[in-house]
Amino acid sequence: MTDASLRRTPLYDEHVGLGAKIVPFAGFELPIHYPTGIVTEHRTVRSAAGIFDLSHMGELHVTGPGALAALDHLVSSDIAALAVGQARYGLLCNERGTIVDDVIVYRLREDEALVVVNASNIAKDRAHIAARLGSEVKLDDRSDATALVAVQGPRAAVILSAVTELEVREASIEALPPFGVTAARVAGARAIVARTGYTGEDGFEVFVDADRAVAVWSRIIAAGAALGLLPIGLGARDTLRLEARFSLYGNDIDETTGPIEAGLGWTCKLDKDFVGREAIAAAKATGPERKLVGLITDGGIARHGHAVIAGGEIVGLVTSGTYGPTVQRNIALAYVPAALAKVGTAVAVRIRDRDVPAKVVKTPFWKRSA
Amino acid sequence: MSGMSAVPDDLRYSKEHEWVRADGETALVGITAFAQEQLGDVVFVELPEKGSTVRQHASFGVVESVKAASDVYAPISGEVLERNVKVIEKPELVNTDPYGDGWMLRIRIADRGEIGQLLSPTDYRAHIGESPASGGD
Repeated sequence: MTDASLRRTPLYDEHVGLGAKIVPFAGFELPIHYPTGIVTEHRTVRSAAGIFDLSHMGELHVTGPGALAALDHLVSSDIAALAVGQARYGLLCNERGTIVDDVIVYRLREDEALVVVNASNIAKDRAHIAARLGSEVKLDDRSDATALVAVQGPRAAVILSAVTELEVREASIEALPPFGVTAARVAGARAIVARTGYTGEDGFEVFVDADRAVAVWSRIIAAGAALGLLPIGLGARDTLRLEARFSLYGNDIDETTGPIEAGLGWTCKLDKDFVGREAIAAAKATGPERKLVGLITDGGIARHGHAVIAGGEIVGLVTSGTYGPTVQRNIALAYVPAALAKVGTAVAVRIRDRDVPAKVVKTPFWKRSA
Repeated sequence: MSGMSAVPDDLRYSKEHEWVRADGETALVGITAFAQEQLGDVVFVELPEKGSTVRQHASFGVVESVKAASDVYAPISGEVLERNVKVIEKPELVNTDPYGDGWMLRIRIADRGEIGQLLSPTDYRAHIGESPASGGD
């Protein structure tokens, strides 16, 4: 069955040709996995490299004098301090101090920043930002015209540098620092290349015009074939991000959750003025009533919406859960009362009417060795 | 998913994608190659204890893939004589050898008539859309 309301990325035919299983996600038809399967895809990103189609994500360009200052007022982290060529993770919050979206802001030029937002939030974020920008700052939603391809894993730099030319001759993207961003040509196409990602691995995100997506995708796959690169679907994207404890908007964070309880206080620069600051500062001062913690379960996989049980009572809710192919444990994130948030605390998760033992553990569940 | 799923000729099948291999008074039960392909990588298997009874077409256990949990339905009724401990310890056996080491339960057959109600290999192939359909349901 095809749903006429679903959209396709410029790489849809590539996914079908590679034998992907296609599912609806955030209004798009996207690959959940390829014939190799989620576990193999996950392990390939940890040990070699993977390529992801993230063209569904949103790209909002903010330009004009004062663009950085305007974004600094809208995003929780220190955007004003970004030099040209630097990027930073942060949160869009509302006045109540809850999370409108989690974003990465890339400073491309003196007066231009790219805000990359979640696909399901593009229209909402556009309205949220536009309503709070001064008249001299322009907001341009280039989501439809932009394709995004990520290359992630220990061999990502070698593979991508083989098909990439920087404006400065002899310079290599291998020298790009984490959260660095630069203009480049990838497979001959004008591109923005950033050393960012959502897997816990070294890696890059490559923004190109939609009509160049197939060429860029194909060239990277060809360059990576001998190094073990595989295409990676949404399934492994989720297991990779969860092992690294990256939040998933709509699961772990949303407009009912605040940064402090979500463990994202580190993204909030409370000594600057930004939308939501007062409420977030107050939550920090009083301490959150609940906290998003890591759990491991033995005897079933905790899933989004499962109840957390302590003393026979429902005390919390699982927001994300899966089998972690690298850690080889059943891992989850859950909101629990602050009193139960300490590492080592024993709780249970109600899985199919059975209370399965669970333990609060330190996160991230997995961290790349330096 | 493309390609043909194996449907061995010596088994009987349920519409819920379980297989039965009857041998005298007892039978082995598992899920089909088609089912494991649909599930993807199996990472957790939950099976009933020895001595419990299962009822035809009722859920007896759960297989979880990375993506989701799915019930497994008993193709026949009977007492559980043995559950496959190997498949609990190594759930990937369901993917790699669904008709062999990936078996789930050994059951004492309660009613041989139930086996007769199950799909033949030919009918099961038609059920999963892998042969020129002979009729259909």
